[in-house]
Amino acid sequence: MPDATTGVAGPPLLEVDDVTMQFGGVTALDHISFEVRRGEILGLIGPNGAGKTTCFNVMTGVFQPTSGEVRLNGQKLVSRSRHQITRLGIARTFQNIRLFPEMTALENVQVGGDARHRTSVPGALLRLPRHRREERDGRTQAFELLDFMGIPHAANSLARNLPYGDQRRLEIARALATGPELLCLDEPAAGFNPAEKEELLALIRRIRDRGQTVLLIEHDMRLVMGVTDRIVVLEFGRKIADAAPAAVRADPKVVAAYLGVPEDAA
Amino acid sequence: MNFEFLFANIGDLTVTGLSQGAIYALIALGYTLVYGLLKLINFAHSEVFMMGTFGALFAWQLVGLHENNPIPSVPMMIVYLLVGLVGAAVWSGVTALAVEFVAYRPLRRRNAPRLVFLITAIGASLAISEAVGIATGRQQFGMPDLFKTTTLVTIGDAHITNLDLGVIVAAIVMMVVLDQFINRTRLGRGIRAVAQDSDTAALMGINKNRVIVLTFVLGGVMAGAAALLYNLKIGVTRADIGFLLGIKAFTAAVLGGIGNLRGALLGGLALGLVENYGSALFGTSWRDVVAFAVLVIILMFRPTGLLGESLGKARA
Amino acid sequence: MSTGGDAPRRSAGGRFVDGLRTVDERRVAGLAGIRSRWRALPLVVRIAALAAVAVFFYLLPNLAIPLIPTPDTNFASVLFTVAVYVLVAVGLNVVIGLAGLLDLGYIGFFAVGAYSVAIFGSPASPLATKYPWLMLIPIAIAVSMVSGVILGGPTLRLRGDYLAIVTLGFGEIVRLIAVNWSITNGQIGIPNVPAPPGKFPDGSPLFGVIDTRPFYWLALTVVLICMFGVKLLENSRVGRSWLAIREDEDAAELMGVPSFKFKLWAFAIGAGLGGLSGALFASRQGFINSNSFDVLTSVLFVAAVVLGGAGNLAGVTLGAVLISYLPERFRGAAEYRFLFFGLALIAIMIFRPQGLIPSRRRAVELADRKREAEEEVTAGA
Repeated sequence: MPDATTGVAGPPLLEVDDVTMQFGGVTALDHISFEVRRGEILGLIGPNGAGKTTCFNVMTGVFQPTSGEVRLNGQKLVSRSRHQITRLGIARTFQNIRLFPEMTALENVQVGGDARHRTSVPGALLRLPRHRREERDGRTQAFELLDFMGIPHAANSLARNLPYGDQRRLEIARALATGPELLCLDEPAAGFNPAEKEELLALIRRIRDRGQTVLLIEHDMRLVMGVTDRIVVLEFGRKIADAAPAAVRADPKVVAAYLGVPEDAA
Repeated sequence: MNFEFLFANIGDLTVTGLSQGAIYALIALGYTLVYGLLKLINFAHSEVFMMGTFGALFAWQLVGLHENNPIPSVPMMIVYLLVGLVGAAVWSGVTALAVEFVAYRPLRRRNAPRLVFLITAIGASLAISEAVGIATGRQQFGMPDLFKTTTLVTIGDAHITNLDLGVIVAAIVMMVVLDQFINRTRLGRGIRAVAQDSDTAALMGINKNRVIVLTFVLGGVMAGAAALLYNLKIGVTRADIGFLLGIKAFTAAVLGGIGNLRGALLGGLALGLVENYGSALFGTSWRDVVAFAVLVIILMFRPTGLLGESLGKARA
Repeated sequence: MSTGGDAPRRSAGGRFVDGLRTVDERRVAGLAGIRSRWRALPLVVRIAALAAVAVFFYLLPNLAIPLIPTPDTNFASVLFTVAVYVLVAVGLNVVIGLAGLLDLGYIGFFAVGAYSVAIFGSPASPLATKYPWLMLIPIAIAVSMVSGVILGGPTLRLRGDYLAIVTLGFGEIVRLIAVNWSITNGQIGIPNVPAPPGKFPDGSPLFGVIDTRPFYWLALTVVLICMFGVKLLENSRVGRSWLAIREDEDAAELMGVPSFKFKLWAFAIGAGLGGLSGALFASRQGFINSNSFDVLTSVLFVAAVVLGGAGNLAGVTLGAVLISYLPERFRGAAEYRFLFFGLALIAIMIFRPQGLIPSRRRAVELADRKREAEEEVTAGA
């Protein structure tokens, strides 16, 4: 049941447990703990350099945290390889778009779908039944996702030739193709105009309605407030708030962080 | 494995290994300078060195010094050494510049990826060595004797000859000069600035292309010096010597930490020693296998080399 | 400046492909026209056409086409050499063109395959076995693949240009071992390398030294089979994973591609095909020594792939044909061939970095654009 402080109640899907990440002498994440509950849309916000993307990178296995643990459905993720984490059910997009530029949109999405496929060289060479089944399912799913994201016309275009907005949508389609339980979006609205942002909001809700949990890094406060069930706020690598949007908006510490008021004054 | 032979001759093996390594180190500087600046393996640098060996030879022939001339007097020897150095440095420098202008600059203008540079570098290397091979009939050319090789000192069982000592001292002097140049002069500061952050350096008014040209010239001059020492030590040259020397010098650069000037010296000397000890252990025909095995092993286990990669922070 | 923290956003191979993007649009459009017309043909017609092309190549040594045959050398044996180069290019294309790994020591695998057949097959070798030729070939492929895995295992995690140099070192180590090892016997080499079995009705061996056409037909058959196999891989999860790794290895990993596994597969398959070409080469020669495996030849292999158009079977085939056929056709100029190829490598990278035949993908897309435009016109009318 939704309540004022925690948004949608559900069992924890992802637990970030006391994670610290240091680069040389710089502490990018300082004993961060929060959880993402199944079925919610969680916002992860904070000023520039607060450690949001670092947090994504620790969750998806790009960085090994200095200490702490990340669990998905109770399974430890730290020290697993990146592709294993993806197969366990986390998918992400990138702040700077990172598609496979010389592949078509369809192939980009198919690569995502391949995360759940098992065909390797022998199967592909011998055209075993599993290969054929996976190819068929992968193509069907890829077309469905392109459709879902509103870019069915782009299927046979090279990714690098798509307009900017379509590239962002394609990245989400590719991430969805991996069949994630948790979808992490890193500033998906960057560079969008207000109309496109509205569309994106609706889309994120539709993704949640498909039964997927969404973790959203976003700069645009209005966007975050409008769509999330709960918000975690980072500042200088520390968590300063974890509450429903309304409560976060009223939190003086958050206001101070965003407006740059010194902490003691806040 | 012949440990007995190795330990019986450890002194001599060390001396010859160091002088061979000094030559690798001077060539390695060229790889390290360009890599530190552009993140580019200048595969054609081997041919820059090869051209230097011919440059010295031509210069000597120009002043009338030929292969079978009698050994000159000491003052004339010094003159001939300088003539050879100038000839080698000029040829090597010009070759290095030609490679930069023909093979690299057009790509840089288009911001081409690293592997494309590597392929043109291979092309340039192939073209230069083949052109020289065709022009020289793929013959081997002997060098005139400038002095008589004698043993100067004997420490334990190590016989230190004037040649080996000269090569090692000359290489170290060149290194120190280069180090001072990079660290103390305005031009050297420009190189370090571009190596650290070329965009910011450009904003600060440093002409990046001029710095790059300077770096290629410096690498070329060092390769020229190495070529002169090589001529003195080995006594012959051919159009196809570049490949082997080049890849060993590259190994030396990687061993010491590519992009790091001191690393080039350390790596060169270390490679010379390892190779010499290795060939004593396994037999001289396995010498090059030892060198390549060292390269493969380093890249597998410590790709940043002994001293780490850095030109920007260089204390050469 | 910290080169250690130089985590390339895209794999070196991916950036390599970036370099192949200055496109001569008109020419691509022309090719795309041919391609789309080709794809519009009924399947039966396409198969028939391909079969006709194959038949043409099988008949090539028997046809007296003016200008093509080589005046100075036996034409069939030149064709055999060309076929072996094409096979090499098909294998190296998997490594360079598809997976984006620059392998400069491919000759090493070629040598491993050649020596495997010689060492296990020649009665002159101390390690000779009684296995028939048809068993020796799979052995040669297996040994090459294993050597590929042994080399690739520790090195495939390296940055792209470092990988290039390590593979170069590997190629040179293989050659030096061939020179120095007592069993490979250096310059003296290994004689009596077994040839494929079979006899003419009159009792003379089918794969003899006088008539080299059977060797050519054999090599051509092997090439066609391997091309088909590579095509099957390309159009599968494996091929997509290779392309994704080439384009952006980190992103590929994060999308669930086990990149190390597929890079290792690419390396092993490339090594296997290289070994197979070496084995065919050794069987045809009947004798091998260490002179056949120098690094220049390895560079030539790379040149074949890059000149024709990396990542594209038709392109690399053309590249291989040019590189092996031209020096045989113009023997007088053979002295200049490395000079020529060196200059050609520079020129191609500067003026036509996508190779002579650009990759299929670009062409497909341009064709789609054209179709869309036409549809709009029709819809508007």
